[in-house]
Amino acid sequence: MSRFPGVDFLDLDPLLSDEARLARDAVRAFVDEMVMPIIEECHREGRTPVELVPEMARLGLFGATIAEYDLPGLDNVAYGLIMQELERGDSGLRSFVSVQSSLVMYPIYAFGSQQQKDRWIPALGRGEAIGCFGLTEPDFGSNPGGMRTTARRDGDGWILNGTKQWITNGTLADVAVVWAKTDDGVRGFLVEKGTPGFSARDQHGKFSLRASTTSELAFQDCRIPAANLLPETSGLKNALMCLNQARYGIAWGGIGAAMACYVAARDYAMERVQFGGQPIACHQLVQEKLVWMLSEITKGQLLALRVGQLKDQGKARHYHISMAKRNNVWVARESAKLAREILGANGIVDDYPVIRHMLNVESVYTYEGTHDIHTLILGEHITGIPAFNPPERTPKRAARPAEVGRE
Amino acid sequence: MRIAVCIKQVPDTEARLRVRKDGLWVEEEDLPFVINESDNYALEEALTIAEKTAGEVVVVSLGPERVKDALRKALALGASRAVHLAEEAFQGGDALATGRALAAAIAGQEVDLVLTGSQSDDVGYGATGSVIAGHLGWPHAWLVMGLEIEEGGTSARVTREMESGMNEIFRLQLPAVIEVQAGINHPRYASLKGIMAAKRKPIERPSPADLGLEASQIGAAGSRLEVLEVAFPDSGEGAEMLEGDAATMARTLVEKLQREARVL
Ligand SMILES: Cc1cc2nc3c(=O)[nH]c(=O)nc-3n(C[C@H](O)[C@H](O)[C@H](O)COP(=O)(O)OP(=O)(O)OC[C@H]3O[C@@H](n4cnc5c(N)ncnc54)[C@H](O)[C@@H]3O)c2cc1C
Repeated sequence: MSRFPGVDFLDLDPLLSDEARLARDAVRAFVDEMVMPIIEECHREGRTPVELVPEMARLGLFGATIAEYDLPGLDNVAYGLIMQELERGDSGLRSFVSVQSSLVMYPIYAFGSQQQKDRWIPALGRGEAIGCFGLTEPDFGSNPGGMRTTARRDGDGWILNGTKQWITNGTLADVAVVWAKTDDGVRGFLVEKGTPGFSARDQHGKFSLRASTTSELAFQDCRIPAANLLPETSGLKNALMCLNQARYGIAWGGIGAAMACYVAARDYAMERVQFGGQPIACHQLVQEKLVWMLSEITKGQLLALRVGQLKDQGKARHYHISMAKRNNVWVARESAKLAREILGANGIVDDYPVIRHMLNVESVYTYEGTHDIHTLILGEHITGIPAFNPPERTPKRAARPAEVGRE
Repeated sequence: MRIAVCIKQVPDTEARLRVRKDGLWVEEEDLPFVINESDNYALEEALTIAEKTAGEVVVVSLGPERVKDALRKALALGASRAVHLAEEAFQGGDALATGRALAAAIAGQEVDLVLTGSQSDDVGYGATGSVIAGHLGWPHAWLVMGLEIEEGGTSARVTREMESGMNEIFRLQLPAVIEVQAGINHPRYASLKGIMAAKRKPIERPSPADLGLEASQIGAAGSRLEVLEVAFPDSGEGAEMLEGDAATMARTLVEKLQREARVL
């Protein structure tokens, strides 16, 4: 087993608390010992390593920032570091933990009733229950506000109708946090596995995030009790608050994936000999790629760390998190590409982690707000002008072929 | 059962070492430090025994400020408190001086058992445990591969490795000092909850006087061994090229790894 050395060019370690460093080191050791030996196989087979769930629960990875219910109560910097380490292993594994913690436990903890919290937080924390988060629909990704899934009051319950797509952990989940339109705006609901009218099936053919399960959820006159409404949700903003938690973790995760690629490329460049009996690391072109990676990783670490500090002080704004997610996942994407180049043909086989990260990062680039959507969030912050939904002046779009056909 | 575990913080064995300017030790700046490998196993063994006997584990370490990290980690893993011999007077000792200080620290803890690794991954004296046992007047076992506390908690069944590759199994009266080998169990990871709980666990920092020790008995002043130089051996010798086809070379290599390098 090889131990991951980490990347700390600017000696940032002393800026971290003892707890943050210990948490990072514990997760790093877990990834070295339990994830790395199986992850390529999971990726090949396209399966979530569910066998790791009990150990992840024992470590305290689920709901790690919650201080009640016998959960660890880490601060945000420590939480970010564990996301970094998980994603250094695999983005799919990090996604599993992000969804469970930030997209399922967080909304139940923040917007749930006492009864919902008491029932689900301990079970989810112990990994005895798995959760998923259903926001995206086939026709509404970047623009979730347009969602078609509805929840209609029916006596002492609710009736859900609609389809959610691209849902991480969908078929694995015991409980789904589902966002649906009601007469009072978008609200969150808990839908349990096995509820009549609710079905989930996996989406196949993925070339990315293969060690993670991605599913479609369908609700057909699915009746749930009134007690399953998350009472404190009152609009799309609650769903976006969950995403803010998860995106923050992804900002660290991107650095983890970039670190894995950088270390693999550096080690390979030092060993691989071509012309003149010298390792390829002796060439300026190769060095430049390594320098780029190290510089961007270091800047990304500073960005993530600062946003984490702001978050701990209650001062992080959504646009801070957008900048960190956008930048750091981009760094991961570019680093994976450069590392793949350095590895030559070995860059396309799964004997090395690089191609897996390169493929994974395509999902990460897209989910939790695409790179471009975060650009627009920052653009709006700078100019005050929201460019997502251009007003009148844009010419009316041409009708799509499908619509033409219908007419 | 209350168990003391002596842990040492050593340079990460994967780190690249450089000799310090004065030639007496390695350059510690920028060097990553970790808990000595076999000490990790001693700690795991102690935590398991403590869990079974509703006991507690006290970790003890002698070393400079940086050792705090190793102690925090041990507390995060489940030790309930720590003793850090941090004062300058304790530092720079040989196995005799270090063992004396550790024995004095342990004597005040009323423990039933002392566990530690068999050897440190830096200087590798392999003697500190024996010195501790000598000072405490307790029985002692080295290179231990297996340990079982017997009914009643007054004796332990110990399996240790003999030179011949055979095992020796004996019973030891407690209290005792037991030095374990790496590999005897599976050290756990610190849980995040354990890490947060460690924040509130105490680290005592006794002075030599608190332990009834004179400055002349400990640290560099109390040592009977003086390091004259540390250096890398001259390189270029000792390498051997194997000859023959792949099967022959593989066979020779395995033989050499078994007989000469003794790593298999
Ligand atoms: C592996 C994986 C797991 C996922 N897990 C989950 C999950 O657990 N739960 C969940 O709810 N969702 C999940 N998603 C869905 C994810 O959040 C969406 O894919 C994402 O929001 C983008 O939506 P879309 O794919 O529909 O792309 P679109 O919104 O159709 O975007 C397509 C392209 O158009 C661009 N674009 C869109 N609007 C604008 C605009 N106004 N200006 C400029 N450019 C624009 C986008 O940037 C993008 O490049 C997952 C996705 C993947 C790939």
